[in-house]
Amino acid sequence: MSQHAVNPVKSAGKWLLVVIGMFGFGYALVPLYDVFCDITGINGKPSNQAAAYQAVEIDEARVVKVEFMTRSAGGMASEFKPMVQSIKVHPGQLQEVEFYVKNPTDRDIVAQAVPSISPGPAALYMNKTECFCFEQQTLKAGEEVIMPMRFYVDPQLPQDISVFTLSYTLYDVSAQVVAQN
Amino acid sequence: MSSIVEQDIHADDHHHHAPGGGIKRWLYTTNHKDIGTLYLWFAFIMFLVGGSMAMVIRAELFEPGLQIVEPNFFNQMTTVHGLVMVFGAVMPAFTGLANWMVPMMIGAPDMALPRMNNWSFWILPFAFAILLASLFMEGGGPNFGWTFYAPLSTTYSNDSTALFVFSVHIMGASSIMGAINVIVTIMNMRAPGMTYMKMPLFVWTWFITAFLLIAVMPVLAGAVTMVLTDKFFGTSFFSAAGGGDPVLFQHIFWFFGHPEVYIMILPAFGIISQIVPTFARKPLFGYASMVYATASIALLSFVVWAHHMFTTGMPVAGELFFMIATMLISVPTGVKVFNWVATMWRGAMTFEMPMLFALAFIVLFTIGGFSGLMLAITPVDFQYHDTYFVVAHFHYVLVTGAIFSIFAAAYYWLPKWSGVMFDKKLANWHFWCSLVSVNVLFFPMHFVGLAGMPRRIPDYALQFADFNKWISIGGFAFGLSQLFFLALLIKACRKQGEPAAAKPWEGAEGLEWEIPSPAPYHTFETPPVIK
Repeated sequence: MSQHAVNPVKSAGKWLLVVIGMFGFGYALVPLYDVFCDITGINGKPSNQAAAYQAVEIDEARVVKVEFMTRSAGGMASEFKPMVQSIKVHPGQLQEVEFYVKNPTDRDIVAQAVPSISPGPAALYMNKTECFCFEQQTLKAGEEVIMPMRFYVDPQLPQDISVFTLSYTLYDVSAQVVAQN
Repeated sequence: MSSIVEQDIHADDHHHHAPGGGIKRWLYTTNHKDIGTLYLWFAFIMFLVGGSMAMVIRAELFEPGLQIVEPNFFNQMTTVHGLVMVFGAVMPAFTGLANWMVPMMIGAPDMALPRMNNWSFWILPFAFAILLASLFMEGGGPNFGWTFYAPLSTTYSNDSTALFVFSVHIMGASSIMGAINVIVTIMNMRAPGMTYMKMPLFVWTWFITAFLLIAVMPVLAGAVTMVLTDKFFGTSFFSAAGGGDPVLFQHIFWFFGHPEVYIMILPAFGIISQIVPTFARKPLFGYASMVYATASIALLSFVVWAHHMFTTGMPVAGELFFMIATMLISVPTGVKVFNWVATMWRGAMTFEMPMLFALAFIVLFTIGGFSGLMLAITPVDFQYHDTYFVVAHFHYVLVTGAIFSIFAAAYYWLPKWSGVMFDKKLANWHFWCSLVSVNVLFFPMHFVGLAGMPRRIPDYALQFADFNKWISIGGFAFGLSQLFFLALLIKACRKQGEPAAAKPWEGAEGLEWEIPSPAPYHTFETPPVIK
């Protein structure tokens, strides 16, 4: 039988490489997902980098309503709320809003706020020049803080979006920070 | 089909060439028939184990309110029922059928890698021992659903998650080894003259399934590993606090999960494509289109995964893409169903037991296919998502689909395996009781699902009480019906029954029917020549 010329173990080894490759592909999906979402903005994750505000043309004719939502992640004792529930802005106009946070516990907390925007496509047009979410916040026991956030809405925002919601979830990352130090 | 001009069968007492006696024969065996038998028995035992968990679920849901089990235990039952049925019953049963039948159907003496074959079976019992043992740990076993969505499986799970992860690793390794073995066997060990387009469809469908397995089982292994490191080693793949994303979990899981559902149905298509021509006494209508349809289903299965995630807040463009891609799959699937019907058209049909199960498969699988089409419609899915409608859908395609095809295959080839005809009376009881009860069990689930009953919840609103009572009665009846099959299998293994001819089915074609029944321990040591 001519087929006997093929060594089955060698042939199996070739397929084992495919298996290893696909295991790697599973992990490659993690950065691929982030890159894909950064480009398309489909999962509502705004950029984690401060944007530079360069005298963008302000579109006075258009009004966009930005709503703010906050929540503390499960198991985290903190009071966290926006100082205004919503705000109306012209695209291109630089705006500052404030968020209030209080650590009611008797221990220090390291907190990280994670933003999310709905509908997702608006995330690409939400430019933050300054945000407490860019870095971890240390909240001393009982401390109250007013945290500022400055942003402008890109005038390129698709016409069908007239209102979007920016939601922050505050996580207690004290355990991870301690583990890293 | 092709006929044999030359073959050399050693029909003498080769039965006794098995290594050692007693348990050692089974532990050390590298014979594809022995390993096939082991896989099939293992799958049947797991089917009964997973089935008993379904009985616990149905007992709790017999009446509204919480009466029999704790909600946490209920969740463990739904989770482990799913894992056991998918990885312990359906997949090993198909691997067992592949082990028994693929070498015999392509005229090969054995699988290409017999020792790896032994290993790929014998790690399975350990995987399930670990999984089932985790149920007895403090805090119980996995309770996050068989889909183990993060953060349920990371933040909110207990320590037994580690055991769950390791058992999935072992199951994955076993499936991958089985799949590589099938691929290498089919590519290198076909008898002279057995070209790819002469291979029986069961071999073809398994060939394509094996590629799906080596493509996606490693991704599942990656997903469970990420869950393990997120839970125990401080990584943040799926935790937003550390820059990860729980939705990413669903993408990775369903990138595995959707091809996985075709892994569980493509070999079934192959089985039905063997049985229908036999009992219609006509060659299969559209052989080549069946092969191409199978390959298209396999390719499409990689681009539809997000239809499980319509409610995660995808943009409209994404939802449209996944809706259309999903609906596209019904085209090759429709090709298959129409080909089976065309094969039967004006055939000289008889209704032996394998054919009855095959016919039930065609009708009931198609019902499951139609409810799948309904679920594919994005706006409609927002209402159906996570309701009993979904439960009805995937049980129609998996129980009356995959499992009925496995029963059909078992009845079709049991005379070849055991050398005796099975007990027809028991078989009839098994078929008719199963057919009626399975529909009492799953059909009303469509209605309660459309009315809004959520899945994976141990209690429900009062208006669902009557339907759930019927569903539970159907469930108990279906479970008990399987005992007829157990009795029938035990009788066949004890060789009680009329001796079976080499070709017990008049219209059957293929190499497996050219060797005596029961199949000798070694077959096709000299390959047959196919014209």
